[in-house]
Amino acid sequence: MSPLARIVATPQGIVFLVAVLFALVLGFLNPAFFTPSTLLDLARNGLVTGIFALSVMLVLASGGIDVSHTAIGAFAMYATMKIVLGIDMDLPIIAYFAVAAIIGAGLGLINGVLIGGLGLNTLIVTLGTLSFFRGALLTFLGTTYITSVPREVIDFSRTILIRIENGVGQMVSLPASFLVLVAITIALSIVMNFTMFGRKVYAIGGSEEAAQRIGIRIKRVKVLIYVIAGAIAGLAGMTHVTLSRMANPFDLVGMELNVIAAVVLGGARITGGHGTVLGTLLGVFVITMINTTLLMAGVPSYWQKFVIGCLIILGTGLPIVFDRLAKYRRRMARPLNA
Amino acid sequence: MNDEASGSTPILQMQDIRKAYGSVRVLEDVSLELGAGEVRCLAGENGSGKSTLIKVLSGVVRADAGQVRLHGRRLSSDPMAAIAAGLSVIYQDFSLFPNLSVWENIGFLRSVTCEDVFHRRGARRRLAVDTLRRMQVDIDPDTPVEMLPVASKQLVAIARALANQARIIVMDEPTTALTRSEVAHLLDIVETLKKDGVSFLFVSHKIEEVFAVCDTVTVLRDGSVVMEGPIGAFDAGRLVEAMTGRSVDSQRLPREQSPPQPPFLEVSGLGRRGEFVDVNLALRPGEIVSVVGLLGSGRTELAQTLFGYMKPDAGRIEIDGKPVAFGDQTSAIAHGIAYVPEDRLTEGLFLSQSIADNITVSSLGKSTSFGILGAAALLQRARAAVQNLRIKTPDVTPAVATLSGGNQQRVVLARWMEHDPKLLILNGPTVGVDVGSKRDIHELLVSLSRSGTSVMVVTDDIPEAIALSDRILVMVRGRITASFDAAAVDEDTLYNEVIREDRT
Repeated sequence: MSPLARIVATPQGIVFLVAVLFALVLGFLNPAFFTPSTLLDLARNGLVTGIFALSVMLVLASGGIDVSHTAIGAFAMYATMKIVLGIDMDLPIIAYFAVAAIIGAGLGLINGVLIGGLGLNTLIVTLGTLSFFRGALLTFLGTTYITSVPREVIDFSRTILIRIENGVGQMVSLPASFLVLVAITIALSIVMNFTMFGRKVYAIGGSEEAAQRIGIRIKRVKVLIYVIAGAIAGLAGMTHVTLSRMANPFDLVGMELNVIAAVVLGGARITGGHGTVLGTLLGVFVITMINTTLLMAGVPSYWQKFVIGCLIILGTGLPIVFDRLAKYRRRMARPLNA
Repeated sequence: MNDEASGSTPILQMQDIRKAYGSVRVLEDVSLELGAGEVRCLAGENGSGKSTLIKVLSGVVRADAGQVRLHGRRLSSDPMAAIAAGLSVIYQDFSLFPNLSVWENIGFLRSVTCEDVFHRRGARRRLAVDTLRRMQVDIDPDTPVEMLPVASKQLVAIARALANQARIIVMDEPTTALTRSEVAHLLDIVETLKKDGVSFLFVSHKIEEVFAVCDTVTVLRDGSVVMEGPIGAFDAGRLVEAMTGRSVDSQRLPREQSPPQPPFLEVSGLGRRGEFVDVNLALRPGEIVSVVGLLGSGRTELAQTLFGYMKPDAGRIEIDGKPVAFGDQTSAIAHGIAYVPEDRLTEGLFLSQSIADNITVSSLGKSTSFGILGAAALLQRARAAVQNLRIKTPDVTPAVATLSGGNQQRVVLARWMEHDPKLLILNGPTVGVDVGSKRDIHELLVSLSRSGTSVMVVTDDIPEAIALSDRILVMVRGRITASFDAAAVDEDTLYNEVIREDRT
């Protein structure tokens, strides 16, 4: 197979190619596109989606699906702010993230017990908990924006890793919260590739019955999957606060399909057993690029959805079409006498 | 005979195992022993309790009474305990992880029993490579398992058990999906491992294999052991009789010769690139024609082409003397052709739906008036079909999944019979079906053909071809290489013709 054909034969390859094409067109229309500042902009815009996507990738790899992650993120974010403001104590910023992760893990545990413990369907359970967590948040914790966020959060959000001037003289910066994504990426890569837990996730995604038969404690692994996914979603929520410097309980929920799209574009299969950390980040990068650049170019926002929809269909459909075509060609290349 | 098998303490003892589901007694005081390096066959028809016994052994199902002892120690009813004690069950579907590589599959069981926290890539890969080498098997350890052919998957499953230092390997119908040469290779490996003291429990109902590889045999019927002992003490006839409880004649089925008739379907020079070439055959009403060939000989592709699944690249198909070109299977069905696929479970049946729905699903039009389905008429048709084909079930409402293999195959047949087909093509009609049901299905097909239907059977089961057909065509590497009158050919001649490819 030629190198091009090999790239085109996988969903990630298609996504990557489309991304490159897209970037080339944008670069042609607007030379300012090919500057480091664009990259920073994308990294910043894709930050929360990226963290959520890693949480969803973990679940997809195990053969499940989680649509409740955004509700967990929103709940963890708002609850953390309530708690911290309530106890009124100076805490290091790391403690904020820890609290959010713990709350997220607790909500994930509910998913885990329902899915792993009781063996219920993942889509139904997380659809239910999506509504449940969001409802609980708005009913019991409040519906008002928290704008007076603690000083530590403000300080953290002002901490800048890199700052560059872009083409039109504006300053573009990468906030320190980018490190959260970096840390989760590294941690999850290690978990997925170098621990038996990670391998068991792929094993269960590949064949749940086979996993059970060789003695993998499926329930335990599943509960842990949703706890970890919940904790990561909690961190995504907290990261969102540090970017926006306020806690809005209406934020985040609604972006879950966007997140799942990114993960699927990154090569995870909805049927389970496949999905990598780097592939997922690639998927997030592409989706973010399309959203951001179309917005920059003044294209109405419906177009973003249209383009992403096309990309999902192309990314999942084209490899199959190419595969069939290659098989047909190989067959026709043979002589007629068997 | 194996000395260890008859000597001292057996490594596995099952004593007086009893199990009932509700009021149905599945196992009654079943005892079974296995010595080091012994290969024992657990034989029995479908529904005799073999699967339940295996599940008790592997700890998946708890017995109501009795005990399992491994190396003299009592085994608790827990899958992990059985695995840790060196017992591995290889299920019919192999239970591998399709998305993971060969080496990771092989090493996975070991990692689980060692309760590894970290994924020891280097060590596990070495273990897998060593195990494959020990088995003298050449499989690339880095390929994902989903890319492997069935026979290799089987070997990977065995390697996985060995890598976990299994001393007892239970194989549930290990040869169902394999061709003859693959079976021979598998049996060689079993022979080698036996010398290392690994014991095997083969679950099978293929009589030839039982004799080829086993030292001892235990026959189950209706949940009890009806016969047990060294294989030398039995012959095929006695074994079949013990399994079925009646004597089954393995000879050719008696039949009347039907008068020669013009062919219903005639094929000339049919070819499809890379699959088969220059096929000429004629299928006549009142005649059963078998196409016998190894897996990969093009037999399945030929059958599927005649049913319109695939398009031929060359040649012509004529029905009643008129040339036809099938766009897809719908047009083949319209011409009166029916096809019973190879894998009845995945290709033909809606397992979770009722027997009635499965029988009538492709002929709903027959019970429709003004576009509305007549539920009563459908049920009536299904009941009639169940009776005609002797499907063993209390009613037509249970799910097809509750039936045994032979009865499932009959449901597929029943569905096609509802179309009153003029040509019935069957691919491996009795794969996974026990001896008794096999005979029933054969009888059914013979009587069907005598009533004026053309029947074409695609198979690699040589005794089946002889018992069933009027004419046998041999397919080797995509070509029809020989044609025999089934009444005048013996198994050896036919076998040698079929495996010609292997020897050249």
